[in-house]
Amino acid sequence: MKNNVIIDLKNISVSFKDTKVLENLSMYIRDKEFITLLGPSGCGKTTTLRVIAGFLEPDSGEVIFEDKVINGVPPHKRQVNTIFQRYALFPHLNVYENIAFGLRVKKMKEAEIKEIVTEMLELVNLKGFERRNINALSGGQQQRIAIARALAVKPRVLLLDEPLGALDLKLRKDMQVELKNIQQRLGITFIYVTHDQEEALSMSDTVVVMDGGEIQQIGRPEDVYNEPKNAFVADFIGESNILDGKMLEDYKCSFSGATFQCLDKGFASGEQVDVVVRPEDVDIVSLDKAMLTGTVTSVTFKGVHFEIIVDIGGFKWMIQTTDYEPVGKEIGLFIEPDAIHIMKKSKYSGLYGDYSSFSDELEHLSDIVEEE
Amino acid sequence: MNKKQAFKQKLCASPHIVWSAIFVVVPLIMVLYYAITDRTGAFTTDNITRLSDYVTPFLRSLWFGIVATIICLIIAYPLAYIIAHSKAKVQSTMVILVMIPMWMNFLLRTYAWMTLLEDSGVINTILGKIGIGPFHMINTSGAVILGMVYNFLPYMILPIYTVMTKMDKNLVEAAHDLGANKFRVIKDVVFPLTRSGVISGITMVFVPSVSTFYISQKLGGGSFALIGDIIEMQFQVSNNFNFGAALSLVLMILILICMAVMNRFGDAEKAGGVGV
Amino acid sequence: MTKMKLPSKLYVAIVLLFLYLPIFMLIVLSFNSANSTSVMQGFSIKWYIELFRDEATLTALYNTLLLAVTSSITATAIGTLASVGIFKMKKGVVKSSIMSVTNIPMMNPEIVTGVSMMLLFVFIGSFLGINGVLGFWTLFIAHVTFCIPYVILNVMPKLRQTDAHLAEAAQDLGCTPAKAFIKVVLPSILPGVIAGLIMSFTLSLDDFIISYFVSGPKFQTLPIRIFSMTKKRVTPDMYALSAIMFVVILVLLILVNVFQKNDEDKKGGARR
Repeated sequence: MKNNVIIDLKNISVSFKDTKVLENLSMYIRDKEFITLLGPSGCGKTTTLRVIAGFLEPDSGEVIFEDKVINGVPPHKRQVNTIFQRYALFPHLNVYENIAFGLRVKKMKEAEIKEIVTEMLELVNLKGFERRNINALSGGQQQRIAIARALAVKPRVLLLDEPLGALDLKLRKDMQVELKNIQQRLGITFIYVTHDQEEALSMSDTVVVMDGGEIQQIGRPEDVYNEPKNAFVADFIGESNILDGKMLEDYKCSFSGATFQCLDKGFASGEQVDVVVRPEDVDIVSLDKAMLTGTVTSVTFKGVHFEIIVDIGGFKWMIQTTDYEPVGKEIGLFIEPDAIHIMKKSKYSGLYGDYSSFSDELEHLSDIVEEE
Repeated sequence: MNKKQAFKQKLCASPHIVWSAIFVVVPLIMVLYYAITDRTGAFTTDNITRLSDYVTPFLRSLWFGIVATIICLIIAYPLAYIIAHSKAKVQSTMVILVMIPMWMNFLLRTYAWMTLLEDSGVINTILGKIGIGPFHMINTSGAVILGMVYNFLPYMILPIYTVMTKMDKNLVEAAHDLGANKFRVIKDVVFPLTRSGVISGITMVFVPSVSTFYISQKLGGGSFALIGDIIEMQFQVSNNFNFGAALSLVLMILILICMAVMNRFGDAEKAGGVGV
Repeated sequence: MTKMKLPSKLYVAIVLLFLYLPIFMLIVLSFNSANSTSVMQGFSIKWYIELFRDEATLTALYNTLLLAVTSSITATAIGTLASVGIFKMKKGVVKSSIMSVTNIPMMNPEIVTGVSMMLLFVFIGSFLGINGVLGFWTLFIAHVTFCIPYVILNVMPKLRQTDAHLAEAAQDLGCTPAKAFIKVVLPSILPGVIAGLIMSFTLSLDDFIISYFVSGPKFQTLPIRIFSMTKKRVTPDMYALSAIMFVVILVLLILVNVFQKNDEDKKGGARR
């Protein structure tokens, strides 16, 4: 294996009828890493997974597994296994037989099968569930069985297609931790698909942000959050104020009618850029120390902090702060140089606007639509 | 899905496609072919023009079919409603009770009615003992329609019952809750929601009634020849396949038209219902 | 559910009486000691003995069973495969036209189906110069033809209910596509397949109209034999036959019901 790369996707394109689902996608996956494909529905993340699993033949491009091109190799001959969105447990088989399925296909001896099944059930904390009927299990338990079934055949790579999507929030958090533990204990590669950015950031070694069949950014979770490559990534991951700005010179930029120190360089002087400022990185200061001033238009209590919307020259910013500021008050804002992130203009520039129409309810609604 | 694999899976349908082409489509083409040729295989329109002599049995078949279907609907609808609203155990027993007669041989069932209705038959014998009658029942148009209703009634009950069980019972309660009385609930809620069952019930009763050929011979005594009887005669008695084919063709077209009208009616009602 | 009220009970009773009156009459008269099909004179089982002595009826019974078994199995095989294939097809002209043709034998009047197939067989027969082409094989073909749509009708919804990922999961775990179908998809659509088989079997067993047109004197089924007997004055041994059929059907239905209930209980128990 070159450079510890287990799977290498080269210029993969997939289209259904006339719509392009993946366009010239290239990426590699290192052995034993936890990599997450993150993006809104229809971004091509599940399609990428299906290409790796072999359920889908790409129109062009190469799928390379351990330096060998595996295009055309059918799913049952690939050393990757999948956890399906709704588990796809076999309803006519009990827990034991579900986990033993892949082993029986391999024609293993019964004693060996029994040993592995027991081991797997222990791994997913469901000891003694062997004879249970699949339909008699809760969603979380079914999820664990699906994991046990896939891991029983000792895959090199495990593909997980929104595996926690059907679970409630509490269970979801527990399973996130558990999945991460299993991955580290067994030392196998996990390729994880989700549209939940929090899940992606908390579990992964590497996050691949996708949209419109293209990769927007690949990086460690911290990098993707702190240094988004374009407005899409900045908007999709976390909350962000995305502003039109101009690079004056290295380490100096202007936006919202003021000039700021920043840590970015290498832009042409006078280049139009997108500027990202995370809501938690804005400090509220007295008016005389302020770099920007604005009027509070709404305040929402969020438990650990207040979320306030501030109108600065007609652009509504979101700011997270522990200090309460009443609606209508004029406040001063201070932004440290390391809180400012400069991005090159992209096709996503100007798409996301400000927080003038923002409400939690809308956010929630759009989540529901996405899940469908 | 792998395209190759998907193709292989689609190939599974090929035996059926070949079979249907040879034994469903070709036979229908044969009907057309025979209808427009004579015994020697030469083209002719004689069979078609001769059809005009048989307008009466055509109309009679249609009329009997419509009457039998309406009677079935009137009997079946309340019955299906009662069954659907009874206890689960009663429901399954009732469904079996409705189904059993369907499994009895259709000829024997019809024949049994013949012995029941005869002038010296079972009913008249019993009535005679208590001093009423005898009534002349056999060989009347009523007897033929009774035969149709009897034979095809279960086909009306079962589909209506099925949609009624699938209907959300809360809807009825909601309608009551909103102030609708029993009649309004049935008219505005139950009936529209069970329309699909009614339509399939009507289809399942009307088609065999219109095209039947045994019932009228046994219960109508030959004086109410239906179109099915005439087709049967062409094939089994007078050996005039060509004219028989022409009659079958017209019967098929007639039923297709009826079904189209039915569906149009059903759709229009549905569309209207949604609009309100 | 609510308890039935008296008018409802009465209504149900009247309809059931209507449905069962002829059947009970047949059964009662089958024990008639006299040679009458309408007046009961005394109890006897002589018509049952007569029935089992009648060679032609027994042959017809054998023929009917042979035909029902062979044609229902064939129709189930073709129909199940067809469902799998059609299910995979994308919505469009091809799929909808295949479905329309599939439904023709269900929608068309039976007499037209019978006549059309007879014409085909006779045409082929005269083309090949075979006399008396109508027999077992023509009946077999006709029965398979009208059973296939019922098999598809039963299997298709089961396929729709089956999680599309099941077959993929099996392949993922090392099965070839064919093996995945047999090990995973088939078990989950099996209830539909069996329902289709049973339905085909009973339809074949009971069919008269289509059989009437595509059968010849060499191979008679029970319904056709009954038809030829009812053409003349029927003797009570036909009643005996219908009584036996009634009891057999009743027992079969009760067995199926008990079997289903056990199955449900098992499932319910597992859920608890």
